[in-house]
Amino acid sequence: MAEERINAEQVKHVAELAKLEFTPDQLDMFTGQLEKIIGMFEELSKVDTTGVPVTSQVNDRRNALRDDVAVQSNQRQALLANAPETAEGLIRVPTIIDESGDGE
Amino acid sequence: MDFFNQDLTSLHADLVAKKISAAELTQATFDNMAKTDAKVDAFLNLNADAALKNAQAIDAKGINVDNLLAGIPVGVKDNIVTKGLTTTAASKMLENFVPVYNATVVDKMLANDMVIVGKTNMDEFAMGGSTENSAFKVTKNPWDVSRVPGGSSGGSAVAVASGQVPVAYGSDTGGSIRQPASFNGIVGMKPTYGRVSRWGLIAFGSSLDQIGPMTRTVKDNAAALNLIAGNDVHDGTSSKREVPDFTAGLTGDIKGMKIALPKEYMGDGIDPKVREVIKNAVKQFEDLGATVEEVSLPHSRYGVSAYYIIASSEASSNLQRFDGIRYGFRAQDVKNLEDVYVRSRSEGFGDEVKRRIMLGTFSLSAGYYDAYFHKAGQVRTMIIDDFNKVFNDYDLIIGPTAPTPAFKIGDEISDPVTMYMNDVLTIPVNLAGLPGMSIPAGLADGMPVGLQLIGKSFDESTLYKAGYAFEQATDFHQATPDLGGTN
Repeated sequence: MAEERINAEQVKHVAELAKLEFTPDQLDMFTGQLEKIIGMFEELSKVDTTGVPVTSQVNDRRNALRDDVAVQSNQRQALLANAPETAEGLIRVPTIIDESGDGE
Repeated sequence: MDFFNQDLTSLHADLVAKKISAAELTQATFDNMAKTDAKVDAFLNLNADAALKNAQAIDAKGINVDNLLAGIPVGVKDNIVTKGLTTTAASKMLENFVPVYNATVVDKMLANDMVIVGKTNMDEFAMGGSTENSAFKVTKNPWDVSRVPGGSSGGSAVAVASGQVPVAYGSDTGGSIRQPASFNGIVGMKPTYGRVSRWGLIAFGSSLDQIGPMTRTVKDNAAALNLIAGNDVHDGTSSKREVPDFTAGLTGDIKGMKIALPKEYMGDGIDPKVREVIKNAVKQFEDLGATVEEVSLPHSRYGVSAYYIIASSEASSNLQRFDGIRYGFRAQDVKNLEDVYVRSRSEGFGDEVKRRIMLGTFSLSAGYYDAYFHKAGQVRTMIIDDFNKVFNDYDLIIGPTAPTPAFKIGDEISDPVTMYMNDVLTIPVNLAGLPGMSIPAGLADGMPVGLQLIGKSFDESTLYKAGYAFEQATDFHQATPDLGGTN
């Protein structure tokens, strides 16, 4: 874990991965705060974890299996009611490949 | 009416004896909420029409004499989905979201004739310890309305502490039931991971989240956990272990119980006045015939860092689903699909949620995964080993729930590291998946201080047994806030 923990360029890169964007002021704020928080995380480097396994879950089951039975769950109308924009029983979204620049 | 002077047992007796009907009780609850909630803002959304209809149906059917919760009004944290009733997780992202199904715990509440009166305020997506991160309102602590109620289940805690409902349900990922219970002088239980189905709980940290009850007394809490516990086909992590009757062992007798007090939980970072309250609690347990001995949880101090890496990583993954496409907020005037994702998320999430997503995405990203996410998972193992060693020799661990009583609204919200350190005593319990409960243990400068009880995996019964004995020997749970004479 290096001296410089995180800079504005890295914060921008992480934001892109997370599908977020920040104004210059927000970028400043988040960079400063993340720097402090990640600084706190560095205390973990003091712990000798050689040979210690990772814990990623704490439940008491391994696999939860059930019979593969088809059930009718036609909730199309109910589900579409929460969609921001619909057309002809489908969810409407803007164009995926934007060539014209006008969004349609 | 308020619920300061009646517990579930006496309410149930009144309902069975028809001194009051479920419909009358529900109406009286809403009448009181109209006055009281104007002062504390515990609720985001009321369920008045449906609640009254449900209560009338319960009256028509008759109160089940064997069910302490029948006809009882309940508040539900707004990250637990309720079919047909707006569920926002206190986020602009879900401002208009109406679930098409019930969480399993909600189905159980309804099947057992509980009356859901409303959805309670919280930190957005349960991220925070003060309920100040709600996109909609700031909930006030009824003991001092200039102070925070804690969080993230601050609305549920205040709904109970201000006498609006006898029971509310919250969720706890790093302390979000226990810390607000501590700040409000009530009982809050975070059950063992897997004890309660998470189906329909809007996911934050999936290896940490549990739903649990918040009540005024230990016995009420035990009954409210009985109601929601058990295996669920919809949640593959819910345990198939048998659920004991948690009210069964409440005898008041804890002679010979072996209790551990971790020295790390009584260190310099803990407010001396909080330590004093806990020392008195230790004496109380000794007077009751238990032994209390100092132990060490040497890695618990690393819990905050490990937790904020693990929980944020899980959150960054869980919250990818909020993309502005199928449900939730979608930004206006977007040009293309990428724009929908980026602008909907940037405009729909609040700052704390963005911070956690950023921390998680960073911790999981190429070049940092080993130093942060992997390392945190190893430290988690060491924290679990610490607990296991103590539980080889002891029945129960006690200590404070939070380092301080409730702080002032606005004091810590701009300093994330200080805010995160509030969780230092509750986080290790989530990392290890253990049950933890906060019960009222006294006041410091007029504000409640909670005693935390930590148990072995799936041993909530011992927490209830010890908590009940402590409660019967003290009167801290009878103290109520004064909200300006309306009560």
